[in-house]
This record gives sequence, structure tokens and C-alpha cells, in this order.
Amino acid sequence: MGEVPISHILFVSTALFFIGMYGLFTRRNMITMLMSIELILNSVNINFVVFNKYLYPDKLDGIFFTIFIITIAAAEAAVAIAIIINLYRSHRSIDVETAEEMKY
Amino acid sequence: MLGLFGRKYFKTSSGIIGTGLLLVSTILSLYTAYNYFFVDGKIGDTYQSITAIKYTWLSFSENASIDMGIILDPISVMMLVVVTFVSLMVHIFSLGYMKGEERFATYYAFLGLFTFSMLGLVVSGNLFQVYMFWELVGVSSYLLIGYYYDKPSAVAASKKAFIVTRFADLGFLIGILILAFSGNSLDIETLIHNLSSLEFNGAVTMSFLGISALTWGLTLVFIGGAGKSAMFPLHIWLPDAMEGPTPVSALIHAATMVVAGVYLVARLFPLFHFNQAALTIVTFIGLLSAFLAAVIACTQTDIKRILAYSTMSQIGYMMFALGVSGYGGEFGLGYTASMFHLFTHAFFKSLLFLGAGVVIHFIHSNEMKDMGGLRRYLPVANWTFLVACLAIAGIPPFAGFFSKEEILLAAYNSNKLVYGVALFTSGLTAFYMFRLYFSIFWNKNAAIHNHSATADRHGEGPLSMKMPLIILAACSALAGFIPFGNYVSSDKVILESHFDPIFSIAPVAFGVIGILLAMWMYKNESSRADKLSQSWGGLYKAAYKKFYIDEIYLFITKKIIFNLIGRPAAWIDRNMVDGLMNGIANTTATVSGFIKGIQSGKVQSYAIYFFGGIIALAIVFLYLWK
Repeated sequence: MGEVPISHILFVSTALFFIGMYGLFTRRNMITMLMSIELILNSVNINFVVFNKYLYPDKLDGIFFTIFIITIAAAEAAVAIAIIINLYRSHRSIDVETAEEMKY
Repeated sequence: MLGLFGRKYFKTSSGIIGTGLLLVSTILSLYTAYNYFFVDGKIGDTYQSITAIKYTWLSFSENASIDMGIILDPISVMMLVVVTFVSLMVHIFSLGYMKGEERFATYYAFLGLFTFSMLGLVVSGNLFQVYMFWELVGVSSYLLIGYYYDKPSAVAASKKAFIVTRFADLGFLIGILILAFSGNSLDIETLIHNLSSLEFNGAVTMSFLGISALTWGLTLVFIGGAGKSAMFPLHIWLPDAMEGPTPVSALIHAATMVVAGVYLVARLFPLFHFNQAALTIVTFIGLLSAFLAAVIACTQTDIKRILAYSTMSQIGYMMFALGVSGYGGEFGLGYTASMFHLFTHAFFKSLLFLGAGVVIHFIHSNEMKDMGGLRRYLPVANWTFLVACLAIAGIPPFAGFFSKEEILLAAYNSNKLVYGVALFTSGLTAFYMFRLYFSIFWNKNAAIHNHSATADRHGEGPLSMKMPLIILAACSALAGFIPFGNYVSSDKVILESHFDPIFSIAPVAFGVIGILLAMWMYKNESSRADKLSQSWGGLYKAAYKKFYIDEIYLFITKKIIFNLIGRPAAWIDRNMVDGLMNGIANTTATVSGFIKGIQSGKVQSYAIYFFGGIIALAIVFLYLWK
């Protein structure tokens, strides 16, 4: 089995990014939106790793960046879930459409 | 000296503390005066100006800076003594007079503030410092006139006093700026030095509207002084200022603040004497004030107003004495005389006011027709008032005689017209003062019977009210014997005052005639005064109405200024300034109405904007950015 060409992997990550974007825009459930954001983040991670491997195979900068992003994504997920829980407590729902008081 | 300034920071919680501190100040200033005149100040025959403290506070350029400092020279030391002494007397007097007033402590705080600022004014060596304390004095005067702030007339009077003096201060400020600009300094001594030296002649001869800059500067400064000193035509605030408590009138509107203008002219006298035009203005304004005020005083019926006009008249005397004075030696007689009169006037005029205070305290009215025959009830006030009246009328050997003699002599030496008017005015002075005296203390009429019940309740008031009267009476009687020329003269060289008995015959004769006339008309109840006033019809009425000057002012402000300036200004404000602001607000509101739909509150639409924005930026950067 030969080397996977870089374009395939980049295609996967782009697909992942736009799936995430689509989910973020269309879903009304906040949990699902959170998952979509995670997809976007992971597509970026894949990009980092791939470019690191194919362009600078003797360096580790891209991989370190990925690890950073994973760590921060974990923290971000915790914050997002806390927000969702609070939203649920105040609105009895996790539908973003119900939380629209912050307008003019 | 710092004791004088400590007073400002001291919140007077009671009259005793205030008075005590002032007593300390007085002793300090007397000590200073003693040291200055007899120990340190004299070098040869000349008194030096001592700059005790000088501290640069704000500097604008190398030469022009505002220094805070203390300058001692003969006139400032003299003023120190006068201010602290009279202030002390008034403080003591107020202990009795103001007893039971609700805002007793406030009153003393104001008095303290006033004394502080007045002292600051007299010792300052920088024109701008003078100006600052000048304003402070104005403020404290405003506060004290409006002390009975629940009385509409008092409020109106304080407002009037403030506005009129403010108006004059504008002139003062512009004058200071002109002088500072052409003299290149704000320090008085440097200024005098610069302006009198030759290299600055260019600046001096620089003219505006055909009048030199120096004349403009000095005239404007004099307008400031005239406003404070209630010279014609800016005198209208002084009689109204009598709405304040009587001891305040004694302190501020008789002895100290109103002579600030005279003091200012005297301070800048080395400049004034260079400029004949400015001096002439000083002379004639002073003379006119002296004469007009004396005539008005003859017709008024409110005792404090009479005293107010008399103050104005006496200050007019001081002013024209300065105006006719020359510089140095024999020619400086007017200067010395003016300062001398300031000194003696402070004593007898505050005495008169305090005496009037006793009378008002006793009778609860300012109107002369409510009084009469009070000599049996108020013996101390009677005698002290008599002393003061004799002093102001210029009867030897009381203080006013000596100073008035010198003024008249100075006037005689320089201008016969001035002398004539001054002589006549001194006769009028004697007349109206004794009209006052006889009306209050003799002239029996029915009024006293109504008050006999009151008389049993309180006599002349406590010792604190009598003591200042007696002390001041002693001063009024004896101050004339001070050889004043030895201490204060225009060029600080000792001036031998000589006394010419022949010359003094005329003024004394005029004084005596005035007194006799007043006695004939007012000593006993009679209709002579009424007949006389009727026969003089129009003139009497005009004088009673103060020559309609108030009405003229009212006409000018109401009809001319309000209509021609106020109305258009209001129109511009309402239609143009407000219109502009409203237009801006309306535009903003309309625009925001259009765009507020964007802020929908939906998280996902925000995300779409965000994403769209990124795409747009990406397109811009990738394809359009070359």
C-alpha cells in the first residue's frame, strides 16, 4: 500500500470543515452545534498534521500545535457545556432560537 | 506672618475661636508694623520694600510668572494694621450683635475668609496675586451681603454687588494683561521699573484708538478699583450692600474692602504718575463720586444707606487726593494724605457703622423716622457716634481733621476747581452726618414712646458691643496725631508733614456751618427740614432717588442689553445651536432604525455574518489584493 497523496487527506479535512460549518448553521440544538464546532477544529488539526508530515517531516511544530488545539478544545467544550446547562436552566430548552433576548 | 494665613484653613466653629485667632493676627501685624517702621525697614530716610516670601507659582515665560509672595512696604504694613484691627473690632462686636443667629459659625467662617483674602490682597507683590485675592474678597463680600439669604432684598443686593464688581473686574483683568504685556512682567516692582525705564518707551507709546497702551491699562485697572471702591458710576451696589449684617457693613463696606480700589491705585502709583491722562480720570471720578454721594446722603432716610453714601464720598476723597498727587517730596502730599485718610476713615467709619449697629439692634429698624431721642437710652453709642461724626466732619482735634486737611491742601496746590468742590463737599459731609446724629439721638418724636417697652428689655447690649465702640472712638479721636508723613509717602522718603492753621480755617468753617445747619434743622422736632426740601423740590427728589442712576442702569440692562443682545442670543441658542444638536440626534435615530434589524439575537445568523465576512476577506486577499 503506497503513500496516501496529500490531496486526499486535504479533501477529507475540507469536507470535515464544511460538514461542521453546515451543522453549525442548520442545527438548532446546541449540543449538535457544539459537535459541529468540534468537527471544524478537528479538520484544522488534520491540516496541521498533514502539512507537518508532508512538508517538514523532520520537525514537530505542527504536531505540537495540534496537541495544543486538542487541549484547548477540551477546555472550550467544558465551557460550552456549562453555557448550555445554564441556558437549559433558564429557558428549559437547549434550542438556540429560544435564546434571542439579546437583540435591539 | 503665617498666623494670618492659617486662618483660612481654620473652620471657625465658634466666634470665640475666630476672634481669638484674629487677636493673635492683630498682635502679629502690629508687631510687624512696629518692626518695620522703627527697627528694620528704614535705611537712611527711605523705607525699603521687603519681599518676605516669594515663591513662583506659575510661570508663563522667563519674565512673566505668577509669584505668590508677601511684600512689605509702608502702605501694605499700614493696611495690615488697619484690616486686622478693624476686623478684630468687628469680630468682637459681632459676638454680641449676632448672638442667637442660626448660622453664627458660618458667619464667622465668612468673616475669617474675608479677612484672610483682604490680608492676602494687601501683601501681595504680584498683580495677578492681587487679582486673585481681589476676587476672593468679592466672593466673601457676596456671601456676607447675602447672609440673610431668606430675605429677597438681601439676595438681590448680593447679586447686584457681585455682578457690578465682576463687571469692573473684567476691566481690571484686561488692564492687568495690558500692563503685563507692555511691561513684560506681572511683578509690581519689576513692572514699575520696566515701564519707567526708557527701553520700554516703545511699548508705552504704542497706541490704540489714539490713546497709549499705558493709559488704557491704567484706566482699566482703575475701573476695577472703581468697581470695588464704589466710585461713580459703578457705585450702585454699595448702598444695596447694606442689606448684610451691620458689622459686616462696618468691616467690608466701610473700612476695608471698598478701599481696596484706593489701595490698588496707590500700589501702582509710580505708574499712574507717569500718565497724566489716567490721573486726571482718577481725580475727576473721585471728585464726582465724593460730591454726588454727599448730596445723595443728605436726602436718604435709611441710616445705613446714609453711611454707605458717606463711605462712597470719603473714598472719592481718597481717590482724587491720589489723582492730584505728584511723585516724591512735597508733591507727594496727595498720596500721603490719601493713605492717611484711608487710615483714619477706617476707624471712624467702622465706628459709625458699629454705632448704627447698636441703634438698629436697639430699635429694630433702619429708618431714621423710627428713631429719635435715643441719647438717654444709648449713652455709649451716643458719645462714640458723636466722636465719629466730629471726626468725619473734620473738626479738630479729631482724626478726620488732619487727613482731610492734607487732602484739601494737596487739592489746593494742584487744582483750584477740585479744591472748591472738595471744600463744599466737606461742608455737606458735616451736614448730613449731623443730620443723622441729631435725628437719631436728639430730635424727640413719638417713635421713642413705642419703643420704651423695648428699652427696658435690653439696653446697649453686652460689653462685647460696647468695647469696640470705645476703642474705635479713642482711635478716631487720636489717630490724627500720628505724624503720618513720616511713615507713608509716595517715594518712601520721609515727608515732613507741616500743619498750616491759616489754611484750615476754611474747611473747619464749612464743617461748623454744616453742623450748625443740621442742628438748627434736626435737633428738635420741627418742620424746617421739610420746608427746605420742598423749596428745593426737583433737586431734592432727584437726590432722594439717587439721581436716577439705578433706573438708568435698569433701563440699560432691561431694555437695551436684554432686547438687543439677550433676545438674539436666545434665538440663536434655541434655533441654531439646539437645532444642530437635535438634527444630529434625529439622524442617528433614523439610521439606527434602519440597521437595528441586523441585531436579531439569533446566534446562528451572527455566525453566518461572521463566516460571510471571512469569505469576503479571503476573496479580497486572494484575488483582489495585488
